[in-house]
Amino acid sequence: MDFTLSKQHEMARTLFSEFAEKEVKPLAQEVDETEKFPRETVEKMAKAGFLGIPVPKELGGQGCDVLTYAMCVEELSKVCGTTGVIVSAHTSLCVDPIVTYGTPEQKAKYVPDLASGKKLGAFGLTEPGAGTDAQGQQTKAVLDGEEWVLNGSKCFITNGKEADVYIVIAVTGTVEKRGKTMKEISAFIVEKGTPGFTFGTKEKKMGIRGSSTYELIFQDCRIPKDNLLGQKGKGFNIAMHTLDGGRIGIAAQALGLAEGALERTIAYVQERKQFGRAIGAFQNTQFQLADMATKVEAAKMLVYKAAKAKDQFNADGKTSYSVEAAMAKLYAAEVAMEVTTKAVQLHGGYGYIREYDVERMMRDAKITEIYEGTSEVQRMVISANLLK
Amino acid sequence: MKIIVCVKQVPDTKGGVKFKADGTLDRGAMLTIMNPDDKAGLEAALRLKDQYGAEVTVVTMGLPKAADVLREALAMGADKGVLVTDRVLGGADTWATSQTLAGAIRNLDYDLIITGRQAIDGDTAQVGPQISEHLNIPVISYAQEIKIEGDSVVVKRQYDDRYHMLKAKMPCLVTALSELNEPRYMTPGGIFDACKDDAPITTWGRADLKDVLDENLGLKGSPTQIAKASDKVKKGAGEKVVLETPDESADYIVAKLAEKFVI
Repeated sequence: MDFTLSKQHEMARTLFSEFAEKEVKPLAQEVDETEKFPRETVEKMAKAGFLGIPVPKELGGQGCDVLTYAMCVEELSKVCGTTGVIVSAHTSLCVDPIVTYGTPEQKAKYVPDLASGKKLGAFGLTEPGAGTDAQGQQTKAVLDGEEWVLNGSKCFITNGKEADVYIVIAVTGTVEKRGKTMKEISAFIVEKGTPGFTFGTKEKKMGIRGSSTYELIFQDCRIPKDNLLGQKGKGFNIAMHTLDGGRIGIAAQALGLAEGALERTIAYVQERKQFGRAIGAFQNTQFQLADMATKVEAAKMLVYKAAKAKDQFNADGKTSYSVEAAMAKLYAAEVAMEVTTKAVQLHGGYGYIREYDVERMMRDAKITEIYEGTSEVQRMVISANLLK
Repeated sequence: MKIIVCVKQVPDTKGGVKFKADGTLDRGAMLTIMNPDDKAGLEAALRLKDQYGAEVTVVTMGLPKAADVLREALAMGADKGVLVTDRVLGGADTWATSQTLAGAIRNLDYDLIITGRQAIDGDTAQVGPQISEHLNIPVISYAQEIKIEGDSVVVKRQYDDRYHMLKAKMPCLVTALSELNEPRYMTPGGIFDACKDDAPITTWGRADLKDVLDENLGLKGSPTQIAKASDKVKKGAGEKVVLETPDESADYIVAKLAEKFVI
């Protein structure tokens, strides 16, 4: 077993960290304060190739691996959780399912523009009544001649309104399964600007406030028959498998948030003096930092391991990475919450002031325990595997 | 058009400085980066490539690990890299360095050679002009803008208080300032390609240098020798000046600054 990073991963980390420090960090506070989607940063990231990192070169991507992509989300999230999730939702939830399940025509049509960042992607699964119980889908798609007609709505969609291409999950009928009538669920590719596809309210959130979270509304939205992604009726599997990958992105975001908060805290406790010495000289501070750093390192290993497992899947098409991804997301998210909370505490009163980054990181961290499957869902995935 | 860019791997100033017993830098023990002026020179070459089409070859002399800066250059968009590395080349001053680089460049075709103005470790700004002397081509230093007009290069050369517009027929050498541009980022895919075993990086040793004499190479071939190197003396506590009138205080401060050659 080799825990050292290869030359290319080291160089990639240098690149992402330089980009994050120079292009993302200076805007992080403003993006949070104004809740403004960082469009210019997205354009810069597109130019730098960050929006197609694990996508094969022949589809216009960078031809790198999932670990490199995870490191990109991690480094961006060290300075700005919003920017991290924009890349994650785009790459894991929109580009990846098209690369994995798309027909050659769908790949040729959508992936190059998405991978180059000319277009941005999003994923519509969640509905007001279908969160953790993703089977509870109400959105319907009915085939009418050469077109699918979509009706219904989706909520809490990351990159909503800003994205150009959406993977949308909808009910296409019913099937008999073990004597029970179940919903038949399918996946679709829907483009922004299609008549009948509009956006509802923009959510006002506690954290990742620059990330654009919208409601999607479909009213007799007609899309070409060929925009069915994968086989009819396979939508639920596609969604779950897509989320397995997405969880690695969110785990990387959580890891980055924890690392960012830890870095700032280490700097702060060495500067801040009380009782005539730096607060870093007090054993309480030292032990807190030791715990934070140890947990961050453990989280990092889980995240990287999950990324490597997905790489293996991308190579052989069969390696399972869902448990690895669930463990990484569960643990990294909880570490992010704990570490950012402690970071605020170690900053004292200043930590509660918006001028210091750690309070933003604490607000951003909370969502990593909720989206792309709550921590409870991750525990369900993990335990189901233990008890199968 | 063929462009050669000379780049140097230099210590990252963030990482601290370490010396060897002979007074030269212990490069193996320090964090490293591509010298900022060289990076601007590389970016200038890549922009000329974008605009006119060009083949960009990056040349560096250094320890084997200096191949890292070549990989960085490839990941930014350079076409080829040449690493000149050999024990006998170590400890070189600017004369021996420029001899070495000129010896390597004589093996290559070029219309334009770009170097940085100066490296942040040695700070001499000598190597670029010296290479041009060895190769017997014109040099324009301190470029803050580079354009191509037919078979000539047009350069805005920076001075303290003005600039000159200079035109030189190619082949020629230009030394670039980091103010010249904002270097592009590497791409992730570029990094992966540059780290592959078959990446276009060639390694040359002493035997590959063309028309260079042994007596001009390495520490032995250096006319100058570093007699002593030391860390900066740490500043003590500041001196507080309290004199009768503001004029007196100002005069005192100006005299002190002049005494320490600050002004």
